[in-house]
Amino acid sequence: MPGLEDLYREIILDHYKNPRNRGELDPPAVRTEGHNPLCGDEIQVYLLVEDGKVADVKISGQGCSISQSSASMMSAAVKGKPIKDVKTLVSRFKHMMSIDEDGAESIDTSAPLGDLEALQGVVKFPVRIKCAVLAWNVLAQGLEQANA
Amino acid sequence: MSFDASVIRKDFPVLQRFINDKPLVYLDSANTSQKPQSVIDAMTHFLENDYAPANRSAYSLAAHATDLFESARSTAQRFINASQPHELVFTKNATEALNLISRAWGEKFLKRGDVVVLTHMEHHANIVPWHMLVEKIGIELRWVPLTSDGQLDLTDLDSLLDGAKVFSFTAMSNVLGTITPVKELCDAAHRAGAIAIVDGCQSVPHMATDITAMGADFMAFSSHKLCGPSGLGILYGREELLDAMDPFIGGGNMISDVRLDGFTCAELPAKFEAGTQAVTETIGFAAALQYLSAIGMDSIRQHEKELTTYALDSLNSRFGDDIVIHGSQDVNVRGATISFAYKDIHPHDVSQILDETNVCVRAGHHCAKPLMRILGASATVRASFYLYNTPADVDALCDALEHAGEFFTF
Repeated sequence: MPGLEDLYREIILDHYKNPRNRGELDPPAVRTEGHNPLCGDEIQVYLLVEDGKVADVKISGQGCSISQSSASMMSAAVKGKPIKDVKTLVSRFKHMMSIDEDGAESIDTSAPLGDLEALQGVVKFPVRIKCAVLAWNVLAQGLEQANA
Repeated sequence: MSFDASVIRKDFPVLQRFINDKPLVYLDSANTSQKPQSVIDAMTHFLENDYAPANRSAYSLAAHATDLFESARSTAQRFINASQPHELVFTKNATEALNLISRAWGEKFLKRGDVVVLTHMEHHANIVPWHMLVEKIGIELRWVPLTSDGQLDLTDLDSLLDGAKVFSFTAMSNVLGTITPVKELCDAAHRAGAIAIVDGCQSVPHMATDITAMGADFMAFSSHKLCGPSGLGILYGREELLDAMDPFIGGGNMISDVRLDGFTCAELPAKFEAGTQAVTETIGFAAALQYLSAIGMDSIRQHEKELTTYALDSLNSRFGDDIVIHGSQDVNVRGATISFAYKDIHPHDVSQILDETNVCVRAGHHCAKPLMRILGASATVRASFYLYNTPADVDALCDALEHAGEFFTF
């Protein structure tokens, strides 16, 4: 049986206690939100796309440590990155969470995920995968809305 | 025979399980209850010896299955003290029973602007079907608010009910455990000329129910919360109301005649039981009612009062200001369902740590999001007890909470 330390890695708890990029952005930033109906997690992502890059990103919402730390780590990972890389990262993260969408076979899994690797242990707790993926789905909606 | 939960516990096979060398501490009975051996045996025996269609064929095996099926209805009738067996209709679950009322009664007798009164602590199953009628026919909803200790605030009840056609409310909150004054509420509804609908899902498994004394017009409850199998709900309705309603689902068994140009409904209760019924589950349900009756519903209620007292005392004394228990702490007005917030640890995380020692609680909004918003919480931890829980289960909950508090030190 996987232990709690697989799930609650120190870096995850750090992001939960000290979430990065908390806040909101005014238009022209787009705002998208999502809920996890099972446990009531909710996340809003504010996304400002400029010159083909994520110029700024902010996160608000509430929920369990996994959902909120995943959102925090995500915001740190995508800020300032070209949209193309962000989209790859979304697919890459979902792949790590055992969620593969169309074209999954073409995902480059060689690039390091950095801090996000810490969330790998979530896969051993299937109920929590939805918590970890919530922010990423909301980000993907944001990219769509921004026509990025 | 005196009530001894540690003996009763032995009737439940799943509670004998050890997972990772630790016993199962099942505190999620408000969600669904575990099943005693007698229920499992009744269903197995039926499948092995007596299985046949009910209310269909004429051979003796089928006649016997029909007898068993219909005698389950009579057992349920006695259990809630309804006056006639055909006032009980079997449904898929209690949610379907509530939808049956809103659709088959509501759509026929409610019109635009008619008022339906609900309370702030309803389960989604007693909210969404009425929201659907708001969208479909334009009824108006009014809400009975709560007091600060999670009871219904009845100060303005009569004015809320003024002109209302329906008052639909829970007999026991699935989040707060609050027990509502059902008879008083039914009387108030009737004074206003409204019908009274009772959501009995949380109350029927935990205390004696006398539908005749309550005076309810409809009541919904489920088998799986009272030691019976899932897949079966029960709708009680007064005969004249059920008679006046249109059918809900059309198909076999619910007709007395079908022609090329139309159909004629069957009599009650077949009118509302289209298609093959959950016969095996119904046999298990009857066994569950017999099991609970043999122990005695008053004894079960008394046990749960004592256990709730011990749980509230333990949680308060061991965690003090670190725990916020929602609702009343008076066991005379609450059942054995305890929702709480612990430190600033998210309920989902609390539940994850509790699971390390097989302490099964529910974390979430408990299908009562409007109530959650009123409580100012997105989720709570909910520990809910039943006849098979003991003080040792309470201790295991507290020990696990202590561990969670140490794990999330910030």
